[in-house]
Amino acid sequence: MSRGGRLKRGAITSLSVLCMGLGQFVTGEYVKGTLFAAVHVLLLVFVVPLLRHSWWGLITLGTEAGRDHSTFLLVQGLLGLIVTVLLGLLYIGNIKDAHTQAKRFLEGKRADSFLQSLKRFWISGEAYLWLSPGTLLVLFVAVLPVFFGMSLAFTSYDLYHSPPANLVRWVGLQNFSDLFGIKSWRGTMFSVLKWNIVWAVVSTITAFAFGFGIALLLNQKNLRFRTFFRTAFILPWAMPSFISALVWTGLLNTSFGVVNQVLGSFGLQPIPWLSNVMWARVALIIVNIWMGFPFQMVLCLGVLQSIPQDLYEAARVDGATDAQTFWHLTLPSVLYSVAPLLVLQLGGNFNNFGLIYLLTGGGPTVFGNRGAGGTDLLISWMYKLTFNLHKFNYAAAVGLMIFIPVALISIHNLRQTRSFKEG
Amino acid sequence: MTARKLSNVVKLCLTYLALLAAFLFAVIPVAWIVMSSFRVGNSLYSTSLLPKHWTLQHYASLFLDPRYPFFRWTANTLKVSAMTSSATVILATMCGYVFSRFRFWGRRYGLMTFLIIQMFPGSMSMVAIYVLLNLVGLLDTHVGLALVYVGGGVPFTTWLLKGYLDSIDKSLDEAALVDGATRGQIFWRITLPLARPILASVALFSFIGPFNDYLLSRIVITTAEKNTIAVGLHAFIAGNYDQRWTQFAAGSVLVSIPILLVFFLLEKHFISGLTAGATKA
Repeated sequence: MSRGGRLKRGAITSLSVLCMGLGQFVTGEYVKGTLFAAVHVLLLVFVVPLLRHSWWGLITLGTEAGRDHSTFLLVQGLLGLIVTVLLGLLYIGNIKDAHTQAKRFLEGKRADSFLQSLKRFWISGEAYLWLSPGTLLVLFVAVLPVFFGMSLAFTSYDLYHSPPANLVRWVGLQNFSDLFGIKSWRGTMFSVLKWNIVWAVVSTITAFAFGFGIALLLNQKNLRFRTFFRTAFILPWAMPSFISALVWTGLLNTSFGVVNQVLGSFGLQPIPWLSNVMWARVALIIVNIWMGFPFQMVLCLGVLQSIPQDLYEAARVDGATDAQTFWHLTLPSVLYSVAPLLVLQLGGNFNNFGLIYLLTGGGPTVFGNRGAGGTDLLISWMYKLTFNLHKFNYAAAVGLMIFIPVALISIHNLRQTRSFKEG
Repeated sequence: MTARKLSNVVKLCLTYLALLAAFLFAVIPVAWIVMSSFRVGNSLYSTSLLPKHWTLQHYASLFLDPRYPFFRWTANTLKVSAMTSSATVILATMCGYVFSRFRFWGRRYGLMTFLIIQMFPGSMSMVAIYVLLNLVGLLDTHVGLALVYVGGGVPFTTWLLKGYLDSIDKSLDEAALVDGATRGQIFWRITLPLARPILASVALFSFIGPFNDYLLSRIVITTAEKNTIAVGLHAFIAGNYDQRWTQFAAGSVLVSIPILLVFFLLEKHFISGLTAGATKA
C-alpha cells in the first residue's frame, strides 16, 4: 500500500476511534456502521455515567458516612471494572474491524452486505458466543468474589469501620504490616501457620501410608474376599463428608463417645479428644485417615496392578528379597505415579476447612490467641476473623497469603499434566 | 509342610488380621450411625452396637415433627440440585466443547483463568458472595445458592469435559465435515453422544453436590424453612442441651443411601477420570 493509502487507511480507522461505526459507515457498511454508532451513543448516554459512578466508588469507597455504603461501592466498582474491560474489548474490536474494512475499501472491493458481515462475525466469533454464558457466570460468581476478597486486604474494613454507619478506607499494606508487626497477631499467625503446615504434611502422609498399606495387602495373590474388603474400605469415602465429620464428633465425645467407651472397657482413662489441643490434633489426623485412605487405596491399587509382572519375576530370578523388591521396585513405581496427586492432596489438606470446622470448630480455645483455637488452620482462622471478630481486613490479608503458595504449587503441578500440555 | 509354605500361611493369616482390623476401623462408625437410628432414646451413647430395643420412631418423626421438617429440607435440596445440575452441565458442555475444538485468541488465557479460579478455596470468597448476593437481592434464595454452586462448579467441570472431549478422535469431526455436516450437526450427532458417559457423571455429581455441602448453604440461606438438608440435619445436634443424635442418625441414613448408590454405581467412571487427569504425559 502506498504512503497515501496508508494515511487514508489510518484516517478511516481513526474515525472509528472517534465514534464506533463511523469508519465502517464511510467504507459503505451502512447497517453495521449505524448499529455500532447507535451502541456508542447508548453507551455514552446510559452506561458511562453509571461506570463513572462505579469508578468513583472504587477509588474513594464513599465520601459521606451514612449515604455511601463502602462495601457496596467496592463491589459495584469491581463490577464496573469488569464491564469497562468488556466494553474496552468491544471498542478495540470495532477499531480492528474498521482497520480491515478500510483496507478492503481502499483496494476498491465492495463493502460486505450486512448479512455477509454477520456471517463473517459468526465464523470468527462463534467460540466467544458459546463461551460467554459460562464465562460470564464464572466471572461474576467466582472471579468477582475473589477480587473482592483480595481488595479487602488493602482496606480498613472491620467491626469499627463497617458500613453503612462508617466508611471504609483504602489503607495500602497497613493490614500486612499489622499482622507481621503487632506481637499478638504475629504470634497467633505463626502458631497457626506452624500447625497448618504440620497438619498438611502429616495428614497427607498418614492417609497415603494407610491407603498404600491396605492396597499392598489387597494386592496379594491368593487373597480371598478381595472385592468384599475393597467395597467396605470405600465406604468412608462414599459417605457424605459432613455426615462423617458430625458422626465422629459424637463418637469422640469425651463423656458419651464410643471411642472412650471402648478404651474404658480395656481399663483406660477417658481421653479428652476434643477439649485438649494435643488430643484434638490426634483426633483430626485419625479422622482424616478414615476419610482419606480409601481414595489413596484405590489409586495405589490401580498403580500396583499396572506394574508389569515380569519385573517381579526378573527381581525374583536375580535373587532379590521381598524387602528389596519393595524398596526398589514397588515403592518407586507407586510414588512416581501418585506424586502429582499427592501434591494436590497436600494443597487440599492445607485448606481442609470442612473437616476442621465440623469436627473441632478449630477448638479447643487457646487463651491469648487472637481468635484462633488450638486446631485452627489459617483458613478456619480466617473464617473466625470474618464471622466472629469481624476483622474482614485481616481475614482478607490472611486469605491472600494462603492463596499464593497454594496457587504456585497447583499451577506447577498442573503444568505437568497431559490435559494441560495438550491444551 | 515346608518352611516356605508355612511362612506363606502365616503371612496370609497376618494379612487377614490386619484387613479385619482395618475393616472394623472403616465400618464401625458407619454401622454405629445406622444402628443408632433404630435405637430408642436420643443419645448416641450405648453399651452395644446393636440396639436392645429397636424402633422406627426416629424415621417416622423425620416426616412428622414440624420443628424439623425433613421432607421440606429434602425438597429444597432437590430443587437446588436440579437447578445446579442442569445449569452446570449445559454451561460446562458449551465451554468444554469450545476449549477442546475451537482455536481462538484468548483460549489459553481462558483455560488458565478457569484453572486458577477453581483452586481458590470456596471458603475464601464467602464474605464477597454474601455481599454480592445481598446486592442483587438473591440472598436467602435457592436460585442464589444454585448460582453460587454453578459458578464454583463450571471451571472444574469445563476442564474435565475438555479433557474428555480431547480424547475423542478429532478425525471423526473432520470426516463428517468432509461429508458436508455443519458444526452444529457434528456437535449434536457425533460429539455429544460420545460424551454421554462423562455428561452423566457430571450431571450426577453436581446433583449430589448440594446434598453434601454445609458451608455455603449455611451462609446463603438464612430462613430456617429454606434450609437444605445438610444444615437441617446439623440442627438436630447443634443445640447445647437438646441433641437428638438418633434422629440425626435416621436423617443421615436416608440422605446417605442415594449418595452411596450413586457413588458405587459411578465409582469406575470417576476414579479413572480423577486419575487420568493426573497421569504424566
